[in-house]
Amino acid sequence: MAIDPITLAILKGRLEQIADEMDATLFRSAFNPIIAEAHDASHGIYDAASGDTLVQGKSGLPIFVGVMAFAVKAVIEKATAQGGPSDGDVWIFNDPYAGGTHLSDFRLVRPLFRDGQVFCYLASVGHWHDVGGNVPGNYNPAATECFQEGMLIPPVKLFDRGELRQDVIDILSANSRLPTSLYGDLNGQINALDLGTRRMGELLDEYGAEVVAEALGELKVRAARLMRAQIRDLPDGTVFAEDFLDNDGITDEPLKIALDLTIEGEKMRMDFSHSSPSCSGPLNISRATTVAACYVALKHVFGEVPANAGVLEPVEFVIPDGSILAVEAPKPVGGYTETILRLIDVVFQAVAEIAPERSNGCAYGTINALSLAGHRLDGRRWVMFSFFGGGHGGHPKGDGLNHGNAPISTATIPPLEILEVAYPVKFTQWSLRPDSGGPGNHRGGLGAVYEIELLEKDADVFLFGERGRFAPPGVVGGKPAALNRFVYDTSDGEKSPAMTSKMVGVKLLRGQHVRLETPGGGGYGDPLTRDPQAVARDVGLGFVSREAAEADYGVVIGSDGDVDDTATTALRRASAAA
Amino acid sequence: MSKQSYVIGVDVGGTFTDVFLWDEATGRVATAKVPSTRGDQSIGFVEGISAVAGDFADIATVVHGTTVGTNALLERKGAPTGIITTEGFRDVLEMRRRDRPTTWGLWGMFTPVVPRDRRLEVRERVLADGNVLTKVDAREVAERAEALRAAGCESVCVFFINGYANNDNEAVAVEAVRSVWPNAYVTAATEIVPEIREFERLSTATLNAYLQPVVSSYLDRLETALETRGSGGDVLIVQSNGGVMSVETAKRYPVRTALSGPAAGVIAAKAISAAAGYPNVITCDMGGTSFDVSLVASGEAALAAQTAIDFGMVVRTPMIEITTIGAGGGSIARVDEGGILQVGPESAGSNPGPVCYGLGNDRPTVTDANLVLGRINAARPIGGKLDALDVDAARAAIDREIAKPLDIDVMEAAEAILKVANAKMAGAIRLVSIERGFDPDKFAAMPFGGGGALHTGALIKDVGLRSALVPRYPGVTSALGCVVADMRHDRVQTVNMLLDDVDAAALGAEMEAVADETQALLARAGVAFERIDRVFELDMLYLGQTHTVTAPIELPPEGLTVDAIRRAFDAAYLRAFGRLLTGIPVRVMNYRVAVIGRRPAFDMTVFAPPSDRTLDACLVGSRRVRVDGEDVDAPVYERLDLPDDALIPGPALLEQPDTTIFIDPGLVGRVDRFGNVVITQQPGEGDD
Repeated sequence: MAIDPITLAILKGRLEQIADEMDATLFRSAFNPIIAEAHDASHGIYDAASGDTLVQGKSGLPIFVGVMAFAVKAVIEKATAQGGPSDGDVWIFNDPYAGGTHLSDFRLVRPLFRDGQVFCYLASVGHWHDVGGNVPGNYNPAATECFQEGMLIPPVKLFDRGELRQDVIDILSANSRLPTSLYGDLNGQINALDLGTRRMGELLDEYGAEVVAEALGELKVRAARLMRAQIRDLPDGTVFAEDFLDNDGITDEPLKIALDLTIEGEKMRMDFSHSSPSCSGPLNISRATTVAACYVALKHVFGEVPANAGVLEPVEFVIPDGSILAVEAPKPVGGYTETILRLIDVVFQAVAEIAPERSNGCAYGTINALSLAGHRLDGRRWVMFSFFGGGHGGHPKGDGLNHGNAPISTATIPPLEILEVAYPVKFTQWSLRPDSGGPGNHRGGLGAVYEIELLEKDADVFLFGERGRFAPPGVVGGKPAALNRFVYDTSDGEKSPAMTSKMVGVKLLRGQHVRLETPGGGGYGDPLTRDPQAVARDVGLGFVSREAAEADYGVVIGSDGDVDDTATTALRRASAAA
Repeated sequence: MSKQSYVIGVDVGGTFTDVFLWDEATGRVATAKVPSTRGDQSIGFVEGISAVAGDFADIATVVHGTTVGTNALLERKGAPTGIITTEGFRDVLEMRRRDRPTTWGLWGMFTPVVPRDRRLEVRERVLADGNVLTKVDAREVAERAEALRAAGCESVCVFFINGYANNDNEAVAVEAVRSVWPNAYVTAATEIVPEIREFERLSTATLNAYLQPVVSSYLDRLETALETRGSGGDVLIVQSNGGVMSVETAKRYPVRTALSGPAAGVIAAKAISAAAGYPNVITCDMGGTSFDVSLVASGEAALAAQTAIDFGMVVRTPMIEITTIGAGGGSIARVDEGGILQVGPESAGSNPGPVCYGLGNDRPTVTDANLVLGRINAARPIGGKLDALDVDAARAAIDREIAKPLDIDVMEAAEAILKVANAKMAGAIRLVSIERGFDPDKFAAMPFGGGGALHTGALIKDVGLRSALVPRYPGVTSALGCVVADMRHDRVQTVNMLLDDVDAAALGAEMEAVADETQALLARAGVAFERIDRVFELDMLYLGQTHTVTAPIELPPEGLTVDAIRRAFDAAYLRAFGRLLTGIPVRVMNYRVAVIGRRPAFDMTVFAPPSDRTLDACLVGSRRVRVDGEDVDAPVYERLDLPDDALIPGPALLEQPDTTIFIDPGLVGRVDRFGNVVITQQPGEGDD
């Protein structure tokens, strides 16, 4: 008998609290809104030998739960090669091929020593505002090598035995358009690690290293057991699902993500062999990122599984080398968010095949990284960079959420009043987008319309988005949502990007607008079975137009706003037959 | 001529209405507990008062902690409300800050309190620097108001983008609405929250409008009922910030009552503990489904600038900061598929409630564990609803759901449930204390509500708290809080300037002027104060950050200076994060002004315990209790009979109608002269 179940349950809570508190410390002290408001960051506790994720904060970005293990592993390898880690060392890096995601995400990794040994690692990751490269904000849809996406820092020591290496900070600062923001975020991450170190020390004093170590090991075993039980509940067999990215930003050809999902007793196999090979543009992801994205998708479906490496033990991955899902340096990876969102959509669609009662329509499926950059009248550089929202899919319990955040994140959007104070822009619209939710028995949630006017001089506009050609699918008979749409003013009138949702450095003049219309979520179940009263309500609220009510739902709304029962019955009969 | 000397506190809860009477002339106190009257709480309210006050004409003041607003929000039972807003922004309320209810799982839903067809736009625009780009047209606004009225709206909120920077357009629009609106229910967003952040401002103002008809008519009924019974006294309402306000103010700002009920409890805890010599307490309110924790440091309750009442229902006004976790008496224990024991957040509530209630639930709860372990008297259930508790059913459920799957015996399993529940509660206490930089060794825990006193002993050991203080009547704590509450008004205004550009002297003068204005509001309420305190604060941040730190500021007679502001910021930032960032400019985001009218101190010796009993005379029996794997015989005492200074070493059980106190082995309870039971470590184990 190892650790007793009561102590285990208690330590689980205490460890999670430490990770949560690290999250909160960075959110409150970070400089750039992507961390402070959008929570694009994460903290956790990792295995001393393998780097496996043992505990992760609740409020951080879900995608990091899986990738950070790879980041810690990379540090362990490098430190070992240099004679082993020392107490007081803190490593810093953003190499996406070693640690997953993209160059904007800087990781700090700190060994926690106890009695002269590494007890565990603490790590902090946060999305910095600007890390150099061709495009302010680093979402460069035209990149063909990572060198065009920003600086690439391999694991180096930021603190050497407790001594801060200012020269490292100098190098980082010199490579950013926004060095103050970088400096502030870096300090916030150091604050978080300091706090984690202090709290872990207190916990080890209280319970003893041996008991805590046992608990950490046991949590992994339990996580695996929990996941196996969840898989066992699913019917055996193999299902196939595929979905597409619009293009890679360089060549306008679709990229396929395909999954053969096999359930066999307590084991699950996720085989991505039929996916596209790596592409020239920045839609590639590393193997670490692929595994992490699968984890996010599974955790959305099986909510109870913990943020612990054990969860993936019963899952076998097949990700062929050279695939878009397993690239090596220097293939560009800046748009990793789009690829993992598509990957998650594919998992949702596969789950809908085997367990419709646990699935939901796909969410809007693109983060729409939009940046406007220029210089103020006084010469100061400004970069407004934000991610925009869309609808969530319909689900067994009801209609999808309007204007939610992406499944890979818990990000909130900055208040437009804050953006208008900080940058020379004026929003002319910030509203829900009618007819954008995928029709279904339970309708997909609505996407949004954001329209922005430039108030000063000129600015360059960059967009990194997706779902301009392949709409978010519905499941279980539900229909797809509306496509993503982006237009900008030019002296010759309104235009859309050649790559639909990807664009680099288009000049916008004072008084001109850009307009982003985001997808809703996919529907759940056959729209012809939706309660006509619910359709009438949607028409009354302006969520669904009369035309769409007829075309998508077979519901005719009379001039009084009520359902025309006779016409509806006839139209539904005809639609079902068609 | 009546004497008008009664101050009466009334707390209306879900089940009971508690009343606390204090006769200022004689020092007499009386309490009453009557059933709450759902539908119209004013009926139970008046009945409760009649139970303690013979003649309503003797009432000087009635202070009320109300859940009418809270319930209307949680149950979505506010009035039909409309919004008039800037063209292009009708959906701000529904779009929120682009969040979702849970991190994991994408099945979230949200229905705003004002549906889209009642959110109408007008042409107008103010820029972020306060310049009016497009003037609002009063005629257009009036048309929209007419349309909302025709659609059945009883209340309306006017909200414009960047109104915090300049509310000229908003003022014109509000005037235009008032000219056609049939009642007083017109809310101006910047009057409720003149702060940057459109969603938070709109959400708060909308909820204010949504509550106004409901809360106003309730307060009207109350006043009428009191007048009918012959009372000429004032009525005051407890605000979420822990101060009271006049009925007139409450009708105008009903959103400030969102946490009125819980705030009253915290106020009482503050007063009781201060009198007993414990200025630092952590209040622990354990109910059926949740455990609410709040921190009082140096006699002041911690305030939060913003709270979400439910997903997407954000209220941004200062509120007593209450941290809630899903661990109450009804929290369900289970073993998950990974073999880990979990307690909560799922709860059996109070109906069907724990297995031992015999009302249909068969999954074991925290209360069932307390019962099986002997800590609760099966023959004397608190609250008086049931005659007896079913121990056998509770034991069977724990055995089946916990003991068997974990392969331990049933008593071990029951103890495990308590340990996990206690660990969760300890986590909540850590969250408000250690994680905010407060040393637990300087704090006492104060349980109120029915179940808290069973767990406080374990909590002080787990967290390292100095002691626990169990008030004499934990069940009427909130009603007492109403009686002792100060009057308080908070004001906030966005400044949004670099510190170097701030005219500090002018800023200081403006804050003084706002304080004077606010103090006039206090004077109008007609309540006697011992003194009036003013609190000035600035929300500041480094240029580039988005979250502020709040720094207290002194306003010296010779005028405020930029240097003084900078020193205050540095001190606050260091306290929060431990390191300053050099060379980065500081921005002043908001100023905050609070004016507090301190009410005369309440003499807590009215709770003095009887002095004519001996400890032995209070001993009513003994019960076998399981603690740390051992069965011990714990003496049972009648708590309310215990004399002043009685010392009760653990293990021991103290029973009274509204709670049971468990003193763990190794702890000792002492009755103080205010009737509190103070639980500390046994002498010789680190405490005095």
